[in-house]
Amino acid sequence: MSPRARTAALCGAILAVALAAPWIAPAIVVQMAFLWLMILFALTWDVCGGQMGYNSFGNVVFFGIGMYVCAVIQRDAGLGYFTAVFAGMGAGAVACTAFAALLGPAMLGLRGPYFAIGTLGLGVAAADLAAATEYIGAGSGMAPPVYPGGAGSARFYYYVLMALAMLAWLVLRWLYSRRFGLAVNAIRDDEDKAEAMGLHTTRYKAVAWCVAAFFLGLAGGPTGNLVGFIDPRELAFAGPTFGVWMVLMAMLGGRGTIWGPVIGAAIFHVTQELFWTYLLGWQRVAMGLLIVLIVLFFPKGVMGWLAERWPRRFARGAVR
Amino acid sequence: MSVLLEVSGVRKAFGGVVANDDVSIEVTAGAIVGLIGPNGSGKTTLFNSIVGYHPIDAGSIRFEGRELSRLRVPEIARLGLVRTFQQTRVYGEMSALSNMLISIPAARAGFASMFAGFARETVERAEALLEFVGLAEKRHLLAGDLSFGQQKLLELAMALMAEPRLLLLDEPTAGINPTLINGVIERLRRANAEMGVTLLVIEHNMRVMMGLAQRIYCLAHGQLLAQGTPAEIMNDARVIDAYLGAH
Repeated sequence: MSPRARTAALCGAILAVALAAPWIAPAIVVQMAFLWLMILFALTWDVCGGQMGYNSFGNVVFFGIGMYVCAVIQRDAGLGYFTAVFAGMGAGAVACTAFAALLGPAMLGLRGPYFAIGTLGLGVAAADLAAATEYIGAGSGMAPPVYPGGAGSARFYYYVLMALAMLAWLVLRWLYSRRFGLAVNAIRDDEDKAEAMGLHTTRYKAVAWCVAAFFLGLAGGPTGNLVGFIDPRELAFAGPTFGVWMVLMAMLGGRGTIWGPVIGAAIFHVTQELFWTYLLGWQRVAMGLLIVLIVLFFPKGVMGWLAERWPRRFARGAVR
Repeated sequence: MSVLLEVSGVRKAFGGVVANDDVSIEVTAGAIVGLIGPNGSGKTTLFNSIVGYHPIDAGSIRFEGRELSRLRVPEIARLGLVRTFQQTRVYGEMSALSNMLISIPAARAGFASMFAGFARETVERAEALLEFVGLAEKRHLLAGDLSFGQQKLLELAMALMAEPRLLLLDEPTAGINPTLINGVIERLRRANAEMGVTLLVIEHNMRVMMGLAQRIYCLAHGQLLAQGTPAEIMNDARVIDAYLGAH
């Protein structure tokens, strides 16, 4: 089989399993929906963090904005349930992209640890702002409208999140094959050189962040509805959990690759669910240990490890 | 011949250290001009001033009559003024070919070009230039895995890929195997003759400079000490003093 056919077969198999999963294991639909969300988290974080070398700890801001925008539209726009959800997701994505475009050129002017700290501040500020704003329920949060008919809500949002994660994967794969991909890699490897060669670095950096913001903004709405209650700190702007997990999952799988974030998110999410089930009370300790082990033994992630063992097949820059 | 680059009265100080003081040089279109001087004489500082790496304190730098001293690094590069680095810089985690493909001239790149693929002519041109510097067989290797000399050659090929009007080379033969130096000189000459690239070269190796440049400027202690043809410079007592120490 050619590599292309192999990828197509693998994707087909994943799609078939993903479509059937809610019917095979209805008891864990919510957890599986979260798996897709985690994959989307890792993929979108990797655009800047892996491919471009800009480690953001504040991408969760876009997720939270998307969630609140969607919830407000569902509450105030007076549309039918499904129309409101999809309109809200669209509005959330637009708002996040605009926010990233506005903030990007300034934030992405910071380099290395300064950018990481700056984005971290962004996440903390957003959580506190949301928790202090009456219009969106302040600290007591917001509850999105109830799903019509009650049952089937989890399954519906499972499919929405699945579609979003797959869409993000396809769009990113396409983007990385274009000039965009090489440009952000060049910025990662040596930004001064890229500037000396006349590359429009600011433009590329802003677009990369906007792409991440767009998909995170889309994903916020369905997640808020899936959970059924929007807490500003625990769900929407959950920096210490989601914000950090994005980074870890991408690292675990192998940053700067298209499959790495997917693999990392899957391993991380499954492990985490197992910890919650079998190590209750110690789950955070176990999680912390896992994080230390990842950083110590898999700094280049699963894909990096594969590339070292089978360079011909997995190495970056290998003949495609 | 028209003047391509005109540096006049440039001064640049870092705190109390005056790295360049009242330096004026001219590069005519199509020429190969050399810049020599002992360590710490301000050659690289002058390069950095020209390409907009830091602001200058006084003087003016004009490229085709256009003032550069207020423009930023990428803007200057997009005017067709490309530099290579003394400590070679390539994109280490990308293949040599990818390094070439991302080096196409950025001046013509509009917003939509970010999402464009790579035209067959671009790939062919990249491979031809890799062939030109003798790296064709290494094109799928990561640039970071190449030897220092090979990275230097790759950097030269990348610079040529950007179709510069003026190429500033900071010690193109430093750290290169002596048997390869002649090859580098030969390629620089061909780039000048066949591709019409004007060259401004910093070089310590006098033998290289004598065989390459048509006109040489010599800096010492941040000031212009002498200028002239290679023969004139080689026989200039002040230049010899600057290099070997006056007595």
